[in-house]
Amino acid sequence: MSAILTPADENEIADMVREANAAITPLEIQGGGTRSGFGRPVQAAKTLSLKELSGITLYEPGALTLVARAGTPVATIEKTLAAEGQQLAFEPMDHRALYASKGEPTIGGVVAANVSGPRRIQAGACRDALIGVRFIDGRGEIIKNGGRVMKNVTGLDLVKLMAGSHGTLGVISEVSFKVLPVNERAATLAFHGLSSKEAVGILCGALGSPFEITGAAHLPQNSEGPLTLLRVEGFASQVDYRLERLKATIGTGLECSVIEGAEHERLWRFVRDAEMFKGTDNPVWRLSLKPSDAPAIEEALAKKTDAKIMFDWGGGLIWVGVDDAENGATETIRALVSGFGGHATLMRGPEPLRGSIAPFQPQAKPVARLSAAIRGKFDPGGILNPGRMVA
Amino acid sequence: MATIKMPIPDQDVIDRRDDIVGALLAALPDGIVISDDAQTLAYECDALSAYRCKPLAVVLPRSTQEVAATLKTCHELGVSVVARGAGTSLAGGSLPTADSIILGTARLNKTLEIDLANRFIRVESGVTNLSVTGAVDADGFFYAPDPSSQLACAIAGNIAMNSGGAHCLKYGVTTNNLLGVKMVLADGEIIELGGAHLDAGGYDLLGLICGSEGQLGIVTEATLRILPKPEGARPVLIGFDSPEVAGTCVADIIRAGILPVAIEYMDRLCIQETDKFSGAGYPNVEALLIVEVEGSESEIQAQLEKITAIARKLDPAELRQSTSEEESALIWKGRKSAFGAMGQINDYICLDGTVPVSQLAHVLGRIGEMSKQYGLDVANVFHAGDGNMHPLILYDANKPGDLDIAEKFGADILRLCVEVGGCLTGEHGVGIEKRDLMGEQFSPADMEIQMSVKDCFDPQWLLNPAKVYPLDISEKRREGGGQ
Repeated sequence: MSAILTPADENEIADMVREANAAITPLEIQGGGTRSGFGRPVQAAKTLSLKELSGITLYEPGALTLVARAGTPVATIEKTLAAEGQQLAFEPMDHRALYASKGEPTIGGVVAANVSGPRRIQAGACRDALIGVRFIDGRGEIIKNGGRVMKNVTGLDLVKLMAGSHGTLGVISEVSFKVLPVNERAATLAFHGLSSKEAVGILCGALGSPFEITGAAHLPQNSEGPLTLLRVEGFASQVDYRLERLKATIGTGLECSVIEGAEHERLWRFVRDAEMFKGTDNPVWRLSLKPSDAPAIEEALAKKTDAKIMFDWGGGLIWVGVDDAENGATETIRALVSGFGGHATLMRGPEPLRGSIAPFQPQAKPVARLSAAIRGKFDPGGILNPGRMVA
Repeated sequence: MATIKMPIPDQDVIDRRDDIVGALLAALPDGIVISDDAQTLAYECDALSAYRCKPLAVVLPRSTQEVAATLKTCHELGVSVVARGAGTSLAGGSLPTADSIILGTARLNKTLEIDLANRFIRVESGVTNLSVTGAVDADGFFYAPDPSSQLACAIAGNIAMNSGGAHCLKYGVTTNNLLGVKMVLADGEIIELGGAHLDAGGYDLLGLICGSEGQLGIVTEATLRILPKPEGARPVLIGFDSPEVAGTCVADIIRAGILPVAIEYMDRLCIQETDKFSGAGYPNVEALLIVEVEGSESEIQAQLEKITAIARKLDPAELRQSTSEEESALIWKGRKSAFGAMGQINDYICLDGTVPVSQLAHVLGRIGEMSKQYGLDVANVFHAGDGNMHPLILYDANKPGDLDIAEKFGADILRLCVEVGGCLTGEHGVGIEKRDLMGEQFSPADMEIQMSVKDCFDPQWLLNPAKVYPLDISEKRREGGGQ
């Protein structure tokens, strides 16, 4: 068990990072610790926990703006927003089901891992809603970028760079978001028994319609037969209209039902949190591709490995669980994905596997060189989450 | 005499002009390099036309390979390169220096791939913004970012400046609609970032490129997200006798859970002039809002009912719902011709600061007071939903000293934007125009780390070096002294 540092403000973080940099003591950066199974294992003498740096510092519902310290629990933010009828539209996944982890997910962790959910296809990713960051770089400098306004092109956009940098470019101390209204009503149009090819055809067709689909998933291995889900949101009468139009245009002649209420909530939480992999510990991959390639990927995978599969984002995101705990079917999956021009991330796997392969998609040489150079500028001592993203 | 300084050009480079042009001619096919003074004239300035300078030469490549050959040659010879899309930058983003070449994307104008099932389009970066929508319009799709120069402006410039538009409250700006790029680095190396899939792994270099003002590389191809067109759209026009109440109305609409596709604001001076110019029939009020909603007929009706109910509580001087395509077009005609209309009566500087929506009324009030102090009129027209202001400072270019006063006034407005929690530029970019104000928004450490990112992409600082960062703090890097 490594020593845990718990700074209470930015200046304390800066002091701790400066000290660690001078002593060349690597730090593992942690929010709620619910996502530590994401990426390569980090070997660090000390853990820097942001849990004491908590609280919403600004919330203006009329401006759709929320600013919070990095250690603020996601639950606190979602509750505060819900009280004003607003939400984090990118629907961040809760990784506790996947990793069987305990603790409270924090907003800083969401940003560090650029965590989004099913609504990403319509409302954008975490990085799209993020409008400002404050962080402490690897030399202990306090840096700000972006701000609290949703249109801002002043200087280089380091806000996007920090999202998904997994604590390797700086210790994020504060984040600002554009938030959005919660829709008055949500319902799901569910199709039963479709092949994956038919399902992706339906999902792509619906996403190309003007009905603002906010969730498009397909569960080919659902216990009661394949299930295809289209989420529709809006004010009450709008949802009725959209459901009817979808049935009439792309659902003609197909068996379908409308799901609302608690079952609807449960289904989308199941998709968002990849709950089909809950309770096991076999390797899980997340593949990002063109949606229309999803059925071919599934077919090719079925020939090589006994995979558990779920489609989100209209087929653009494929969750794949494999039995091969030793190698994670890495070569098979990477070869397959690169043939289709997408990328694959190992989302879960035993430590030896995550340490021996590259959990994040290896980059082309010049891109990898640029990424390494940027890390060299932000964290010249290489003390922040060393090895988390690349060996 | 305009006040924004440019660095003293490198005489050694200027003396080598013939050799540099010769090397470019040797590296590229015929007809790509332009060095004749009469033909380079059009490239001496962009839409910030008070500033102009003759470049060493202009290169107009037709392919990524030719862009790479150009950059490789310039890199070897130590010559800086200023990228130019359509030259519509209001910030001087593509203003050349006497020791630089202009690299224009105008001939990179092909549509490469349209994929409706996966909702993207891949284009060369010199295509115009509007032509992207044009390519998918018949199939029921559109490209969302819609800067008001969209008829002319190039996707390359949109990416460089992370352009927005009137409809970004709902659809976001360029960075939210850009899926991938092919680009050429300063030394001529070609890289690809992102693609037709979402959320490329690793650091978000795509997000970093977008809005980097031609300082990190030259984008030659872009994969853009296209969206299905809404079934319909309709504006409502709401007039108020006070800017404060108009501001309250904007916040109340948003708090009610309605997300209009656009909320535009115009003040009295702007209303009067655009109405004269366009015949839009705007009412005689202090503040005018144009709120647009989208959807089917019944969806539009339902949203407009909610919006008008909110507005009525605030006792509007005018509330006019469009009842036909013609009326909708007329309501928008005035707004869309606002910059042209103001240009008819005066020269103007168009600012672009963003403020928190809650500060709009306060900032408008302060601008009014400053207008009296400086003795120059200001017309306000802007995207109210996201707080992106566009004060137009009116001045007389033929009156000695007037531009100087206008620029000082503008700088004070931008300082105010930062002071209330906003920023210097919401969608136009920094260029040279706001370069010397960067220190108002950023600390030395904030700027140092941004410049260190440029060091990674362009170690010799050859790409658009005299822009974005104040000259004194970028001097060592620009002059090859390192970091």
